[in-house]
Amino acid sequence: MAVAHPLDKYLRTDRIPTMWCPGCGLGIVMGTLLRAVDRRIKEGSLKRENVGFAGGIGCTARMTLYPLFDSAHVIHGRAIPFALAVKIVKPEMKMIVVGGDGDLAAIGGNHILHAIRRNADLLVVMVNNMIYGMTGGQVAPTTPRGLYTTTTPYGNPEREMNMIKLTAALGANYVARGSITHPQLLEQYLYKALGKRGLAFVEVISTCPELFGRHIGFRSPVDLYMEIRKRIVIKAKPSIEESDYSWEKGFVIGEFVDRDEPGFTDTIYEYLNKIRGGGVQ
Amino acid sequence: MRVDYITGNTAIAEAAIVAGLKFYAGYPITPSSDIFEYLARELPKHGGHVIQFEDEIASINAVIGASWACAKAMTATSGPGFSLMLEAISLAVITETPLVIAYVMRTGPSTGVPTRAGQYDVLQATYGFHGGLVIPVLAASTPQEAYDLTVKAFNVSEMLRTPVVLLTDATIAHTYGKVIMRERGELEIIERIRPLTPPDKYKPYEPVKEHVPAMACFGDGYNVLVESLTHDERGYYAPRTDVQRKLMWRLYRKIVDSAPKLFDYSAIGLEGCDYAFISYGSTALSAQVAAKMLREKGYRVGTLKLRTLYPIYEDGIRKLVSSAKKVFVIENNVGLYYRELRAILRDKEVVSVPIIDLDLPQPQEIVEVVKQWL
Repeated sequence: MAVAHPLDKYLRTDRIPTMWCPGCGLGIVMGTLLRAVDRRIKEGSLKRENVGFAGGIGCTARMTLYPLFDSAHVIHGRAIPFALAVKIVKPEMKMIVVGGDGDLAAIGGNHILHAIRRNADLLVVMVNNMIYGMTGGQVAPTTPRGLYTTTTPYGNPEREMNMIKLTAALGANYVARGSITHPQLLEQYLYKALGKRGLAFVEVISTCPELFGRHIGFRSPVDLYMEIRKRIVIKAKPSIEESDYSWEKGFVIGEFVDRDEPGFTDTIYEYLNKIRGGGVQ
Repeated sequence: MRVDYITGNTAIAEAAIVAGLKFYAGYPITPSSDIFEYLARELPKHGGHVIQFEDEIASINAVIGASWACAKAMTATSGPGFSLMLEAISLAVITETPLVIAYVMRTGPSTGVPTRAGQYDVLQATYGFHGGLVIPVLAASTPQEAYDLTVKAFNVSEMLRTPVVLLTDATIAHTYGKVIMRERGELEIIERIRPLTPPDKYKPYEPVKEHVPAMACFGDGYNVLVESLTHDERGYYAPRTDVQRKLMWRLYRKIVDSAPKLFDYSAIGLEGCDYAFISYGSTALSAQVAAKMLREKGYRVGTLKLRTLYPIYEDGIRKLVSSAKKVFVIENNVGLYYRELRAILRDKEVVSVPIIDLDLPQPQEIVEVVKQWL
């Protein structure tokens, strides 16, 4: 079979085109993520059969349908416990959790909180399009204050949830925010995140022209893309405080946390070996 | 083989280890927590993992994940926790994930009396999850049965690739009894079917034996798809009536057609009886004593204790109580499983004997209620 795209070897090509709308940022995220995985596989720091994907429900979670790896498309918000269990049983796996802001910050909030507390060895990629896309454009915890959505027809009265601050506070080993408007930077973050032990969290600012842009006056994908791009602020060493965003202030992207604390898997195997070796009574 | 004097909860934990448990995820809840505590101490010695998660939702989803990494996995809970697990049980059903849930019932609804027994959740155990299918439910009435049925629960879950509920209650959980613990080698231990085809030919949801597909796991190189959406044999989302019909009937048939194979019970004096008592779980102990009291008064009363509640083996139950003119269904709730039995024993008078008691219903009370109908 002729290879149409350099990433075809990592895709279930019979399922392409994807279900994502024209102008959606998710294709960029998936391409970027697979390029980062490809770099890791090529350099020998990751084995293909050890890469696994898990996602809950939402447009982002549907990313689990396309890569030609072990993949789980589970229930809303619950990809993290699924992926964590796979990692515990098979510590050689590199589990990548993909989810939207609704999937990970809202309904799955409790799990991300405790996965970070454990420093669970997972790469969690949260694509933040600031809206519930799949269900039709309802407000999300990440929706900037004041914006219109289908469930906040008079404007969103709530504060935006800043997942960077949360994940940094709870002790993730790696915390970065990228944007689909800057895929090369995003690829760097994802590549680095794939090499980390412990929990790596990468937030990706993305576009939903159909259900986010449409209600705030940017109906065309290009208009929304340009609008988001305008509001992205790139910083080499941003402080955690700078991660707070609003529609007016814009979005600081960069690496917020990079440390190397022991991951959960190493710790539990250390205990297990001690118990089995008779070191613990 | 070992013999010990242990509680129902300890029996479950011991049996799970013998059955090959390698991953336990749980959240504390009375009266199931000592299964968790016992395994936390013992399972690591056998190379297994015991993790306390942030809630029951995380626990059951982790159990599903562990099973897809090919570890035998379980959790234990009670009513409120099981309610939180229901959405994920539905996921386990559609993804055909083997797992075991020890469901130690307590008095409800809601917080109820957490330390005391009841049989209020017997219907929820199989019908609680969304999607309108059935999962096997086994019910133990003694620590010995808790041991034997735990092994059976793992075997059934592996054989049929399904979640299985092992139903007990607060009374069985903390009642001590002599348990003969048969070990590996003395027991039949069933493992899931693994793929016989190479990865490029493998279809994760293609049945290979009696409606059941072979299971490849994460890390096996098979690019498995765990798919919560309606899927075809490849695991691809297919929102079509033909695919939905095929999937639904296969998931339904693989459980329901196994009813004769899964049927487990004990019967006393049913042959030629005029009256049959049907019960399950801890209440069955009282029912057996009540039947004996009535037999001593000259009534021909037999008892049927069901250890398999779902799938219901209709012909099997009908045959067992065929000579009875009246069937009494004795349970510690408002009369729930009675509804199931009334539906299959259409040619008989079926009487509900619902006795709500925080402990075992007293045999004398059963006799008093039943005597009005003899």
